[in-house]
Amino acid sequence: MDLTFSPREEAFRIEARRWLAESLTGRFAPLVGRGGPGDEHELLEGRLAWERKMGEDGWTCLAWPREHGGRGATLVEQVVFLEEYARARAPGRVGHIGEGLIGPTLLLFGTDGQKRRFLPPIARGTETWCQGYSEPNAGSDLANVQTRAELVGGDWVVTGQKIWTSHAQWADWCFVLCRTDVVAPRHRGLSYLLVPMRQPGIEVRPIRQITGTSEFNEVFFDGARTPREHVVGEVNGGWQVAMATLAFERGASTLGQQLSFSNELRAIVETARASGAARDPLVRQRIAQAWIELRIMRLHALRTLSSARDGKLPREIMVSKLHWSNWHRGLGELAMDVLGAAGNVKSPENELLHRLFLFSRADTIYAGSSEIQRTLIGERALGLPR
Amino acid sequence: MNFSLAAEQTELQRSARRFFASRCTSADVRAAMASERGWDEGAWSSACELGWASLASLGWVELCVVMEEAGRSLACVPLFSNVCLAANALRAAARLETSDALDRIESGSALGTLVAGADIRARQDGAECVLDGEALHVVDGHTADVLVVAVPDGSEGLYVVDAGAVGVVRRKVPTLDETRSLASVTLRGVRVPVANHIGDRAAVARAVHRAAVALAAESLGGAERCLDAATEYAKTRVQFGRPIGSFQAVKHRLADMLVVVETARSAVLWAASVADTDDLDELAVAAPLARSYATEAFFRCAADSLQIHGGIGFTWEHDAHLFLKRARASLSLLGTPADDRETIACLVVDTEAAWT
Repeated sequence: MDLTFSPREEAFRIEARRWLAESLTGRFAPLVGRGGPGDEHELLEGRLAWERKMGEDGWTCLAWPREHGGRGATLVEQVVFLEEYARARAPGRVGHIGEGLIGPTLLLFGTDGQKRRFLPPIARGTETWCQGYSEPNAGSDLANVQTRAELVGGDWVVTGQKIWTSHAQWADWCFVLCRTDVVAPRHRGLSYLLVPMRQPGIEVRPIRQITGTSEFNEVFFDGARTPREHVVGEVNGGWQVAMATLAFERGASTLGQQLSFSNELRAIVETARASGAARDPLVRQRIAQAWIELRIMRLHALRTLSSARDGKLPREIMVSKLHWSNWHRGLGELAMDVLGAAGNVKSPENELLHRLFLFSRADTIYAGSSEIQRTLIGERALGLPR
Repeated sequence: MNFSLAAEQTELQRSARRFFASRCTSADVRAAMASERGWDEGAWSSACELGWASLASLGWVELCVVMEEAGRSLACVPLFSNVCLAANALRAAARLETSDALDRIESGSALGTLVAGADIRARQDGAECVLDGEALHVVDGHTADVLVVAVPDGSEGLYVVDAGAVGVVRRKVPTLDETRSLASVTLRGVRVPVANHIGDRAAVARAVHRAAVALAAESLGGAERCLDAATEYAKTRVQFGRPIGSFQAVKHRLADMLVVVETARSAVLWAASVADTDDLDELAVAAPLARSYATEAFFRCAADSLQIHGGIGFTWEHDAHLFLKRARASLSLLGTPADDRETIACLVVDTEAAWT
């Protein structure tokens, strides 16, 4: 056991911190602290420019091999960068679906041609992605996907509807889970297609959420086309690919989030100090518990970096999403309790904590709801019968 | 950055698990519960042969590895009192003139414990110190030969007192958790040489924090054992023609138990490694953090395990109640989770120290 960062990792941290401090200036200065949950649709032009700046200076896709535009960074270095990124309150990433989900999926399952075509623009920050998984009747039960794709000439022709699609308004590409064999058992008739978003066969309709804002969309495919070679993995073998992408999503280190969580908790503490709630023993207990669990979350995430990764997801990683999402939802409730009656007033001062309260309700739903997580943990980590 | 145990630590974990599985079975634990001593003399002398009386000399990670295994079996040996309290306190003391006491405890030839009570006072009288006061919940206090007394105020610090000294009255108290014996210890004008005042306030703090980390490790072991037992039962107990673990109400409860067990493990590993450093400020955070989280994890797992076991879990014959009672008692041994959280709140709410 050695719970310290090595000199090399500390040097990397200083390099990242310096680059962030130097870069988040001038035209990028207004982006500081922006584009997080509830704010994802704001300042888009600036944030797309920021993605390109990151790409030019080599700070995207750190984990990828150099030949595909990455740095071949270690897990710990990735974590260090995420921590520094959050510490600098750098803007919410527009490129994270490309970098974190489709990129790693292509590295694992993509053809050489797909890697050459799609990875460099992600690393350069010039193409962004969205994820076409959920449908009105395929949420937790993802294998129920009904969106059809058929080969017509040299193209896949896609027809159907996706929902809860973040970033669809501006993404250049979408990875779409489609049914390509209606006769086969449902897990065996799906294919994983890469579809360009800017075409007449696609319509994006924003969904207004409980926040009043619209980060999610419905995406309607009506004869949308993509070339035959843009299928990842085998035709009708898309389920395996989709599950790998989901594992990247759920296993994604929460270390980057944690400094924003810390900023939120700090805002709660400052609110409590100002209102006098900080003297209430019950509030003190809850703030302390929130702080304790946030610290444990960081330790836990660091611990998972040294978990054995021999194919099977270790159980300490499987519990992460359920833990942080519940904690964060509870933090939103604590925020409102600390605000008290004043919390019912919409005001600029209350905006951050309102956003926390409302957005954290989604945390226990997306990327596998808490109910799905518990079932997965029960069956895969504890070996309970189905 | 590596949380994995080293090869020797993993080997220690294996041998501890083997030892407790064979020497601290449910029958052994129950026999010890019924005895006046409260622990198993044969098992303890075997543990001493393995060198476990001097575990505190190895390091806190190693000690926590063994305490976790002890917690898994509610081990009927005085490891907590002797090693985590007495040897720990003697080692935390700035002065080791009384290394004789430490040698005796770590060789297994004497038993020790820590006596901590809010109203214990000490005063100097010439070449002697005079101790007065009472501590109500002294772990294994009735069988200890050496008492390390923590005095909170006045001539504060740690004192070494012979349990047989004039003015020392010890009385075993009946406890709800019969797997860990407690005694009341009264000190009436007990005189010791000045040299027996072996540690200052910082030594008391270090000793108490390290003991809290050891309790967290023991609780983690208890929590995981409860989870394992409940999981196993849920796989085999059939109702409505199916194993009950196939029902979501049961499956999801077990999943929540795993969340607290795994996160508690991360907390305990960290706290143990902090206890091995000289950073008392960090330890002052790590100890209450790990103790409050792990003891609550243990209680929750013990309670949920009993629930999953259903009626059989409510019987005397089944071990579920032993874990429930140990978990409940550990929630208020040397402090409570609410105390720990208030300690943290003083840092987090009242100062900026925690936010840098």
